[in-house]
Amino acid sequence: MPHSPLLKVENLAFERDDNSVLENIDLSLNSGEIIQIEGANGSGKTTLLRLLTSALQPSAGNIFYKGSPIGECRYQYLSDMLYIGHQPAVKLTLTAEENLRWMVNSSAKTNQLSIADALAGVGLAGYSDIPCYTLSAGQHRRVALARLLISEAALWYLDEPFTAIDKQGVSFLESRLQEHLDSGGVVVLSSHQDLALNNLRKYSLNPPAGQVQ
Amino acid sequence: MSWQWFHRLGSPRWFYHNSARWLAWLCPIAAVVVLGGLVWGLAIAPEDAKQGNSFRIIYLHVPASFLALAGYYIMAIAGAVGLIWKMKLSYMVMKSAAPIGAALTFIALFSGAIWGKPTWGTYWVWDARITSMLILLFLYLGVMALQYAYHSIDAASKASAILALVGTVNIPIIYKSVDWWYTLHQPATIKFTSAPSMHPDMFQPLLVMIIGFYLFYAVALILHTRSEILRRERKTSWVRELLKPKQEFKADKQVGKR
Amino acid sequence: MANSLNSGFLAWLRRDLLLAYRRRGEAASPLVFFVMVSTLIPLGLTPESARLAEVAAGMIWVMALLATLLSVDGLFASDYQDGSLEQLLITPQLLPMPLLGKITAHWLTTGLPLTLVSPLLGLMLSLPASGYLPMICSLALGTACLSLTGAVGAALTVSLRKGGLLLSLLVMPLYMPVIIFGTATVTYAIDGLNWLPPLAILGALFAASIALCPLAAAGALRITSAN
Repeated sequence: MPHSPLLKVENLAFERDDNSVLENIDLSLNSGEIIQIEGANGSGKTTLLRLLTSALQPSAGNIFYKGSPIGECRYQYLSDMLYIGHQPAVKLTLTAEENLRWMVNSSAKTNQLSIADALAGVGLAGYSDIPCYTLSAGQHRRVALARLLISEAALWYLDEPFTAIDKQGVSFLESRLQEHLDSGGVVVLSSHQDLALNNLRKYSLNPPAGQVQ
Repeated sequence: MSWQWFHRLGSPRWFYHNSARWLAWLCPIAAVVVLGGLVWGLAIAPEDAKQGNSFRIIYLHVPASFLALAGYYIMAIAGAVGLIWKMKLSYMVMKSAAPIGAALTFIALFSGAIWGKPTWGTYWVWDARITSMLILLFLYLGVMALQYAYHSIDAASKASAILALVGTVNIPIIYKSVDWWYTLHQPATIKFTSAPSMHPDMFQPLLVMIIGFYLFYAVALILHTRSEILRRERKTSWVRELLKPKQEFKADKQVGKR
Repeated sequence: MANSLNSGFLAWLRRDLLLAYRRRGEAASPLVFFVMVSTLIPLGLTPESARLAEVAAGMIWVMALLATLLSVDGLFASDYQDGSLEQLLITPQLLPMPLLGKITAHWLTTGLPLTLVSPLLGLMLSLPASGYLPMICSLALGTACLSLTGAVGAALTVSLRKGGLLLSLLVMPLYMPVIIFGTATVTYAIDGLNWLPPLAILGALFAASIALCPLAAAGALRITSAN
């Protein structure tokens, strides 16, 4: 019996108002593998990631987690997943520490690292008590990315995680991703950046052919 | 196998082609029944002892109120079918049902006001039924407004389907509470209770008018849905094919129908 | 599982309360609106206390309804803009529970303060003494219904740029039963009747809303956030 991959996407399609946005998406990820989604603006990178998170319902196709469709293991799938979207979901009136604590509390699987250590890890050591409206866009993203240090979820879906992040931050993020992969996790991310990671595959999205004019 | 008809019904193309045949029958029947009912009710039926000729407006008012309420349920059921079976056609039916229902509600309110002047001496009375009708009109307007607020057809359809369903749950509650509210505040001078039994000579034409309005409603809904189908499916090959040969002529005709 | 259901509710409740606390000025505006409009009534109607007493119950209820309507618009708006709503949609917990947490927070920050301030307005509008307790009871239950129903409207309009006005159009007809039984509770008491029956119906409306509205709001959010 062939063992089933951690995450498998079969023939996934999504249409909006009868226009096809994504077609025939097939992906398969074993533990320790990472897929980088590439494509022009508007080619559906965010849509694909949101389909994976199950926030959007596909119009056709299936997503399997450990061999079973995610509709049948919804709770398990969602608690094993971490998604950082286009917008960092940072509340401006809360402090960095409160934001992170809340994000962590609402996700199921976490390790023992303290909130303060995680913020220090993403270079926000002195900022934990300051309301987020005084921070920059890049720092907002760092607050969200600090979740990666605490999370024990196996599936990471990251939508343009390098936006507004400086060089030093990128290399830090790379090393954290490698750590996650080495411990058996899986990453799907969209980015235009070239990444130096093992087991990296690229998946290019093209606008679906045969679209009705 | 037995579900095949259901899926065929869900195809806008199938509906468009077959509804033309249904209309060929429905239109004349509806016209005959409505006209017959009108003549019977307005000219032949006897005059009311107390209200004189002004009572005859019930031949318009009552059927319109019937259909206004039934129309909301038709709209909500169409929306529910769309949400459950993801059937595109039923969303189109739902969208078409909203303005027709709103128009009928308005007719019911308007004819009620005209009737109110000679009967109560004023155009508007906060009567339980009138108030409920007014709230029903607001419910219709809400569904229509939500429908037009979204650019995306999918979002518009699903969101207004949910709103219609929420309204469906609420309508009985609203009707009952307005009824109750009215008995609480009912002024002693205006006792508005419908005659316990209508004379058959007056009732029979009313029945004909109600049936006529149902038929008319069906015709209006089918016509509206057909134009909605053409609008939404305009990019598909079959609609292009349909509009191709005598393009200008057909286009004119379609505008005329609306 | 039961524990995780609960934590979804409490986590979002706590968060929204904290957010409201941080923006106290903004959170207080429905309350200020409520009090300010009530000064318009004697100006527009009459300063005579006998005539004010007649309309006081209804006026207080209408203003409470409008104040709730003003604030319910923001229930999901900022979460939609900053991406928190996306995170909410993918919590492992069943969506209605976190939503109920958010709605409860909304009631605690608008409906409850309105209820607590209402005796002051009753005083200003010369509400008869027998009406105070029924008014407080009916407002507490009724504003909870308003928050719950309003959440469905807010979920339906969250992705629209000018959703606020549309929201009131959608939700206002659904508010009618609440205002009917809310005012009836107070007027019954003033007229010396037993005011518990209308209050009981208000309780029934509340029970129905708390069961159905979070479900409807959850369904609506999944649809409106999809584009």
